[in-house]
Amino acid sequence: MILTDFFILLRQELLITAIIFGLLIVKLGKDRSNESILMLINLLLLLNLAAGFFCSTEGALFSDMFRTNKLIVLEKNILNLAIWIISLQSYSWLKTHKHVIEFYILLLSALLGMFFMISSGNLLMFYLGLEMSTIPLAAAANFDLSKRQSSEAAMKLIISSAFSSGLLLLGISLVYGTTGTLTLSELSSQMGHNPLQVFAFILLISGFAFKISAVPFHLWTADVYEGAPIAVTAFLSVVSKAAVLFVFVSILYTTFKSLAELWYNLLFLLALLTIIIGNLFALRQDNFKRFLAFSSIAQVGFILIGISGSSQAGTASVVYFILIYVFSNLAAFGVVSLVSAVTGKEKISDYKSFYTTNPMLAWVLTIALFSLAGVPPTAGFFGKFFLLMAGSANGSYWPITIAALNMVISFYYYLRVVKAIFMDANDKPVQKLVVPALPKLALYICVAGIIVTGLWSSVYDYIYSLSPGF
Amino acid sequence: MSDVPLSHILFVSTALFFIGMYGLFTRRNMITMLMAIELMLNSVNINFVAFNKYLFPDKLDGIFFTIFIITIAAAEAAIAIAIIINLYRSHQSIDVEDATELKF
Repeated sequence: MILTDFFILLRQELLITAIIFGLLIVKLGKDRSNESILMLINLLLLLNLAAGFFCSTEGALFSDMFRTNKLIVLEKNILNLAIWIISLQSYSWLKTHKHVIEFYILLLSALLGMFFMISSGNLLMFYLGLEMSTIPLAAAANFDLSKRQSSEAAMKLIISSAFSSGLLLLGISLVYGTTGTLTLSELSSQMGHNPLQVFAFILLISGFAFKISAVPFHLWTADVYEGAPIAVTAFLSVVSKAAVLFVFVSILYTTFKSLAELWYNLLFLLALLTIIIGNLFALRQDNFKRFLAFSSIAQVGFILIGISGSSQAGTASVVYFILIYVFSNLAAFGVVSLVSAVTGKEKISDYKSFYTTNPMLAWVLTIALFSLAGVPPTAGFFGKFFLLMAGSANGSYWPITIAALNMVISFYYYLRVVKAIFMDANDKPVQKLVVPALPKLALYICVAGIIVTGLWSSVYDYIYSLSPGF
Repeated sequence: MSDVPLSHILFVSTALFFIGMYGLFTRRNMITMLMAIELMLNSVNINFVAFNKYLFPDKLDGIFFTIFIITIAAAEAAIAIAIIINLYRSHQSIDVEDATELKF
């Protein structure tokens, strides 16, 4: 291992580590105003995002524990972008908060864990990254220390994530017992249809399904999303889900390739259950965060359909959809967090005739919801279209048809919110909000992203050219 | 030592895992639930050490994994207990049946 290799391949992780230590030093130094700290952090995160685009090379470190290639760098850049947008959006919430730096240290150490998880070439490294990305998030979910709901949400998150990592570990230990290795590249040749290995594989899948909240394991999601502060909810629903999905795709496609006909059916079952139940529960929600939680469960179902395609297009469509999902979900969360920070209102019925007082925010929210639903000019349509196309490549049209029909159901509840914003009368609509510069910038970036990634086809072509085949 | 066959040890660890799972599902006190989760993690540790010693004694992958699991379980317990203390401050109880504001 040459030292320059170390610095080039690990540069994204090293940057995050440097930012964390820098924040610790700022915390120890003299008191500064929240505004200046937030400006500094947002600037650092922007630099971190920009630095990710330079000198991306392939390679492996620490005897294949850590590996990277252009697709992995791109995935990390997507996560960097998401955390920068979340940081810009939480400006008005954090401006008056006492513990700004601790909040960023928790989020950034979770992000660091995700980076190591995405780059892991060994099940030990993968487990360490996974735990490093969930434990700080449980602490962050409890960040409103005085709120009753916040501590309840954090308790639910830590207990269910500890249980799911217990299942995952039993799976890993059985894989180790039957093959004698933990390296992903060596595992792929040794996994067969030995019943113990199939059992271990099912345990691993259920561990993953917990983290991405696919349906039989989704019950914690809505509670945690409702109780946690909105910035943490946005992080949980976008960044941590995206990171686990990236790893899930690469592990299924390379390490467990020999079990393909097993997980092909399993994924379809999980995906259809996830879409249907996510949709049915989203119909009856009135709290906006809960509504977005169930809508994100349904979106994960579509992503699972794309994964089941098991082709180069499968990987590409998943990464492309997650990029779109980052923009559209964060635009929705941005508006909700602005309204909640000023007025404390989080119900959908509070958004009635929102358009009369806040036309700009109403349009942003509408475009975001159109993109989540998949209305054509927005990127969400193209994302879902590519996912379904990838899923139908193997010729199983029935599940694809059911998924496509479920898009119609999802139109009902997304458009119900749009109707409330534009058409329903309300005596006391949300007052006119003053949007600070940084959240406004974040919202503009999201809207631009929703429109540009949809219309500019070379984004998908670029991701497709980086994706490995099956 | 090597008189004990591997299957006996695996039986113990599997039993321990499901006892832990049973405890997690039936107990209502959060500290006890945490203990049940530790039981599950420790049964996995037994698995790793036994596989390493009996089947693959020339490499130490399993033992290393065990050390990391112990470390992470400690970190997880620290955060979980901090959360439980905070929950006790707001709810005056550490029974999960009392934390029921978020539902459906």
